[in-house]
Amino acid sequence: MSEWAEKVIGIFSNRRDDILRMWLESQQKNGYRGMYERIGERELYRQSNDLFEAMIDAAGQVGFASVRKPEWQAVADLVAEITAQRTRTGFSVMETVTYVFALKTVLIEILRQEQPDDIGCFVAEVVTITHALDEMALIATSAYVKTREEIILRQQQEMLDLSTPVIRVWDGILVLPLIGTLDSSRSQVITETLLQEIVSSNSDIAILDISGVPLVDTLVAQHILKTMAAARLMGAECIISGIRPEIAQTIVHLGVDLSQIKTKATLAGALKWAFDMRQLTVVHNAKR
Amino acid sequence: MERIPILKIGDLLLVTIQLDMHDQLVMDLQKDITNMVRTTEAKGVILDISGLDMVDSFIGRMLGTIAAMTAVMDAHTFVVGMQPAVAITIVELGLPLGGVHTALNVEKAIERLRAWGKIEAESDDEAHEGD
Amino acid sequence: MIDIVPVAVEEDLVRVRQKVRQWAATYALSTLKTVKMQTAASELARNILVYAGTGTVFFSAIDGPRREFQIIFEDQGPGIADIEQALQDGYTTGSGMGIGLPGTKRLVDHFEIVSAPGQGTRVIIAMRI
Repeated sequence: MSEWAEKVIGIFSNRRDDILRMWLESQQKNGYRGMYERIGERELYRQSNDLFEAMIDAAGQVGFASVRKPEWQAVADLVAEITAQRTRTGFSVMETVTYVFALKTVLIEILRQEQPDDIGCFVAEVVTITHALDEMALIATSAYVKTREEIILRQQQEMLDLSTPVIRVWDGILVLPLIGTLDSSRSQVITETLLQEIVSSNSDIAILDISGVPLVDTLVAQHILKTMAAARLMGAECIISGIRPEIAQTIVHLGVDLSQIKTKATLAGALKWAFDMRQLTVVHNAKR
Repeated sequence: MERIPILKIGDLLLVTIQLDMHDQLVMDLQKDITNMVRTTEAKGVILDISGLDMVDSFIGRMLGTIAAMTAVMDAHTFVVGMQPAVAITIVELGLPLGGVHTALNVEKAIERLRAWGKIEAESDDEAHEGD
Repeated sequence: MIDIVPVAVEEDLVRVRQKVRQWAATYALSTLKTVKMQTAASELARNILVYAGTGTVFFSAIDGPRREFQIIFEDQGPGIADIEQALQDGYTTGSGMGIGLPGTKRLVDHFEIVSAPGQGTRVIIAMRI
């Protein structure tokens, strides 16, 4: 590390309080509406302080010029962690990443105040520090994207879970109302949920109602057939209900063979079949 | 030599498969079951595979063969307790398990065998005529 | 890390399946993916036994766009002349062992096969972690 590089780190250490104060002010000023409400003043201070300390520590060991060395890993981790936390709180990418840029502005301002005479070294150090903090900003950006992806993935999973209810209509009889488009990943979840429920509820009859499925193409039909085959292997009988006329037409046109499978036009019809299978009779009570 | 135990309960043979079965064990089981069906004149065989975390084509074919062989000796073979993931995998793989009867568990299989009149009903339970 | 299991006798198939379970547990694969991977590995290792007699199975995790659990099945057997045909549903050679390649292919996220007559066979399967 050059003499100048060490001198710069010394300056930053000495003016720690100024830097933190200016950085916090800048973070607050640069259009961060409600930042304190969302993170809290103490937490914002703690995060800024930790990041600054980690940075000075890493720079003290290998200098600002060596941001890709393992000594800087702790700083990178901290940036990723702070970014992830802010992303989850609902910050935009601008709000999330500019705190790194804000620090850059403050550090350069401090250097300007301390080293106004030696212009050559000043410029060289400014360039080095700019590089280092741009690297941190890149880490923050990718952490932002990664966190958003995690959120989206989790929401997708939640939607999948929500969209596949399995209803126990009677002792040993399940109904699975399928609603909406059946893509491949949703079909998989549906199959797994149904089979799991067959085991846990000890049901050996399952009704798949497809009244709410707008389109049955070969792929969807194939998937339904596979689900039924798997259920049968486990010892449960499946029946499809809710086949609308236009779906019956497509199935016939596509040449999908449903001859091996019980189908009923309505859920009521399927339920009646299920009751018959279980030797149950619904009796109209005349006394009431 | 390790072997999979076969329990005789009344007119039934009950086999619980827990091990990861190597091929020889599978072949032995096939032989033992057919021998037992002959000597005990069992009317039903129940293979509980709930402890099995994989059925490949070899084991699948064995299940089919046992079912076919016991059928000609007038005994129905039920495979019970297949795990959902195993069932999905068998379907994806395209294994034909045609002649095998399946049920969720041992109890349900006994219920079905009784309903078919293959084994005696309990005294307080009416045997149903079905299928 | 890499695991190597030689395949020469029937008992080795059990070892291959156990290894799949171990690796699947390490990478917290879902139950369904674990069962599919175990079944696929059992089929392919059996193919080695039936067609080549001996071979080797390699287990590893690879980093790509997405992390994958990968198994490679290698043998110096007779090889496959027409891979296209071997991948058709319902195709099997005389012995009738094994369900064949198309079923196995459907179980995994990635399937690759390299083979030529007299050159042995190399099948790579992978599942996203």
